[in-house]
Formats: sequence, C-alpha cells, structure tokens
Amino acid sequence: MGKIFALVEHRKGQIQDVSFELLTKGRELAKGLEAELVALLLGHNIGEMAERIKREAHQVLSVDSELLAEPNAEAYQIVLSHLMKEEGPRLTLIGHTALGMDLAPSLAASLDIPIATDCVEIGLEDHRLITIRQPYNGKLNARVSFVESPQVLITVRQGSFPAQEGNLSARMVDIPSPLREEPTYRRFIQYIEAAVGEVDITQADVIVAVGRGIKEKENIALLQGLADSLGGVLACSRPIVDEGWLPKDRQVGSSGKTVKPKLYLAVGISGAFQHLMGMKNADLIVAINKDPNAPIFNVANYGIVDDLFKVVPLLKNKVTELKG
Amino acid sequence: MDIIVCLKRVPETAEAEIKIDSSGKAIEKERLTFDINESDNYALEEAILQKEKWGGTVTLVSLGPPDCEDALRMGLAKGADQAIRISDEKFAELDGFATAQILKNAIKDMKFDLILTGCIATDDGYSQVGPTLAELLDIPHAVLVTKIDAQGERAIVQRELEGGLLEALDIRLPALFAVQTGINEPRYASLIAIRRAAAKEIKVLNAQDIGLGKPTIRTILEGLSPPPVGKRAEILQGSPEETAERLAQICKGKGIL
Repeated sequence: MGKIFALVEHRKGQIQDVSFELLTKGRELAKGLEAELVALLLGHNIGEMAERIKREAHQVLSVDSELLAEPNAEAYQIVLSHLMKEEGPRLTLIGHTALGMDLAPSLAASLDIPIATDCVEIGLEDHRLITIRQPYNGKLNARVSFVESPQVLITVRQGSFPAQEGNLSARMVDIPSPLREEPTYRRFIQYIEAAVGEVDITQADVIVAVGRGIKEKENIALLQGLADSLGGVLACSRPIVDEGWLPKDRQVGSSGKTVKPKLYLAVGISGAFQHLMGMKNADLIVAINKDPNAPIFNVANYGIVDDLFKVVPLLKNKVTELKG
Repeated sequence: MDIIVCLKRVPETAEAEIKIDSSGKAIEKERLTFDINESDNYALEEAILQKEKWGGTVTLVSLGPPDCEDALRMGLAKGADQAIRISDEKFAELDGFATAQILKNAIKDMKFDLILTGCIATDDGYSQVGPTLAELLDIPHAVLVTKIDAQGERAIVQRELEGGLLEALDIRLPALFAVQTGINEPRYASLIAIRRAAAKEIKVLNAQDIGLGKPTIRTILEGLSPPPVGKRAEILQGSPEETAERLAQICKGKGIL
C-alpha cells in the first residue's frame, strides 16, 4: 500500500500545532490516494509523545536516539533521507516552520524529488497532487503541480488546515536510528529565550499596532498618542523592529508575540500572514490602510480604507471626547 | 574571508496593488518599482560587515535580465568587489530548484568561505534557493540566521525559531547562510560610490559559460488567481471625520472606552 509521511515537529516536549494540522490533512489525502498515513517522530525518550499521536495516523514510526535529542536539521535530514529512500512514500508533509525551512529544500534536493513550499492547500485531481501557494506577499494564489515523480515533498503553512482529532489506532513501530554519529556540519549549542521587555503586550486589552505605512520613526509618536487615548499599548509588525524603531518585545507575529486583546487596531499594516498568525484571534480587529486589497482586511471585523495620517488624529480626538 | 552574495531584483509588492497579466501566470510589472530583494539586502550588508572585519572579497551573483544590474551596481556601490550576472534564454521559466542549480553551476569553481543570501524572495516566496544551493554544493547551511560569528573554520550562528526564541548553532565552514531581515542595519551608498559603480564592469555568463545545458524544472506553475475573499471586514464609509467618529462609537459600544 502507498504511504504518506508526515513529520511530527516538537520542541522541549511539546508537539507543535502544525503537526496536528499536517496529520489531519494527511488523513484526508491518504483516503484519496488509498495510502497509509505514517507519522514520523524523531527525538530522544519519545515514547510518551508517540502515544499522544496514536489516533492521528495509521502508523507512528519512531526513531529514538540521543543524537536526535535536539531538533538538528542535519540530523533530521540524514534520518528522513534514509526513511524516504527505504519506504518510498508518495508524499512527505513537513510544516513550513523554522525547522521545515531549514530541512525540506535540502532534503528534496538530496533525494532529487520535487518540492513545493509554504502551501496553503493540497488537493488531488485524478490522483495528481495539486497545491496552492501564495506569492507576492499573499496577494495572489498560485496553482502548482509537479512533474512526474515517484515522490514529492510539500511544506505546509501553519494554520492552513484546521486540526481535527483523529480516530485511528496507529501501529507503533520503533526503528533504530540510521544516524550513528554526531552530524559534522552543524552542532546545536543552546536555545536563547526572547528578551523580556518593559511592556508585555500579551497582557494588554487594547493594542494599537503600527506597520510600514507609518513611513518614518518620528510618526510613531502619533500612534503612541492614540494608544494612550485608548488606554492601550503600542505594538508593531516585523519591519518596524527590523528598522530599529521599536524593540523586539513589541513585535506581533509568528516570530514575535501572539496576542488576543479585546481590541487590535492595525494601522498601516498590510497583513503578511506571519503577522496575522500573531493576532487573528483578537476579539475585535480593526484595520486602517490605504490599500483596499491589503490582506489585513480579510481578518479584520472593521476597516477604514484611507490615509492613516488623516484618520488617526481625528480618531484620537473622538476617543478622548467620548471618554471625557 | 571570501564571500559570495546571491541576490535578486524583485518588484516591490508589499504596498502596491497587484494585477495578474494576460498570460495568467505572471503579474503586470509596468507600474511597479523594483529593488533588491529585502532579505538579500541584509545579506549584502552582512557580507560587507564581515569583509570590513576580516578582510577579503565580496562577489555578487544574480540571475536575471539586464535590469537586474541596477541591484548589482548598488551592491558594488555599497562595498562589494565584483558582480556577476547570469542570463540565458533557456533560463526563462524557473522554479526554486532550477534557480539553485543555475547558481550552483556558476559558483562551484569559485573560491569562497561563506555564501550569504536572503531567506525569502518577496515575489515567489519560495524560501528554497539558499538551502537547495548549499545541498548542491555539498556545504552546510542554516536559514533564518540573525547573527554570524565567524571563527576560522567554523561559525557560531544564531537563527530564529518561533515566538521570539532563537537557537545557537556551531556550523562548519565554508557554509551558506540564508539571513533574516533585521540581522543588521543596511547602509546607504554615497553618490560618489554610486557614480563609480556605474562605470564598473559586470561579468555576464550564459548557460554555456556555466556548463548547464538545460535547468531541471520539477514544479509547474499552472496559473495565478486572486485569493478567495472569505470573510471580509465591514469597510466604514465616508470622510476621515465620519469614519473616525463611527469607529470611536463602535469602540464605545463594545465597552472598550
């Protein structure tokens, strides 16, 4: 029977959400391809973790080794490459995460197989795999297919497939690690935790977030004024931190903080998906942006398509008036 | 330290309105402004900083039509030593693997300690070329790199994980690092440097020069379409006065004020 591989990603004992999303999609594709879904778990002392995904796949294939104690893309690549050559899965699914980005392209190249990255949809048409990706800052969908190949690799954007609990009863298989010695190219040293700043934006009820549309560092004061009038805190998207205009602890997004305030007011933020991942579950989302096609309007409850420099001062006055 | 920087000239699309062209597989580019891909610009700056620290050379490589020489000349103006452009009719439609394959053929006989590139191109968004190129050259790599501390035959790098967490790695050199935005503060080139760079020669290589008959394409772009609209925001109508008033009232109604 054909196989679909899904890599289970974990860190410090926690299975990442994207793994459950991959497994959910994997079960659906397994049905369509009449294949078996195999969850791959690499690590050390992972017996208990393997039990946690027992219902999610037809088989849980565990590779337990001290050399796999920390996620190391080189070590993972050696093990996965071996497994994929041995088992020849039709499709291998990996999350498009920091690990996935480091691992998948080189893994595909080493096996001479096609790869599509950061996919938001995967479908079958006459048993042919079709994917959807989003180039151009998420403003368009691209339909991508593969040349004939016995195997393909797809990395999947987090949050693309809602995770559902499976109802399978997986065959639990342990295999010895094909990796026998320390990888020579890269060695994991340590994790470095995010610096704790003076303001914890994850605790705020009201967040005013500023993006590229603010144009100059000096204009941030305008948004700070608005945040103050609303009794909230100032946050931002990644480009503002890259410029050095606000510290990293103010960054909302997949590589920053995830927030769930009562009000998230996104000003001059276009809504790249990495940013949306950090705020899309806020109770009330309002966006101010002069581009009517900005992806932020797909998650916002209310939007104002206008020049923020006109709207923000007026908004601040109205808010102060109404509170007064 | 000899460093190669792979860079790409892309259209600015974050703030611009994008339209699909008549082929259905590309976007209309006439009204867009072009520039060096954002994370490649950080890679370029990193290369120049490393050169300032350790001495050596910085060579730029870009795959593209004559227009992309703008980006290469800006790189020369900022402090790179030489620039190479790769171009051929056979390189018209490429995917991530094919691009890496072409770069590999151009680079494989060059001497280098480091290859730096951006972690993602803002047009196709593949995030593939860097690590694929490293694999084809049989050198180590790391992506989303936020700090590089080269120490002779090895480098200690930091790379970005999720939620603000970083990891520190020890990587053997020569290696390829795909850098993340924010790793440094890219400089501006002086007018004098820009003028000087305008006169510099850029080497142009074709398929034959790099010994590649035809690139290997493994994925097929079948077409572009607007993303499904889904749940849309209620867009408040009116003048800034009116929309600001309406929004303030909405906030009051929800108990936020």
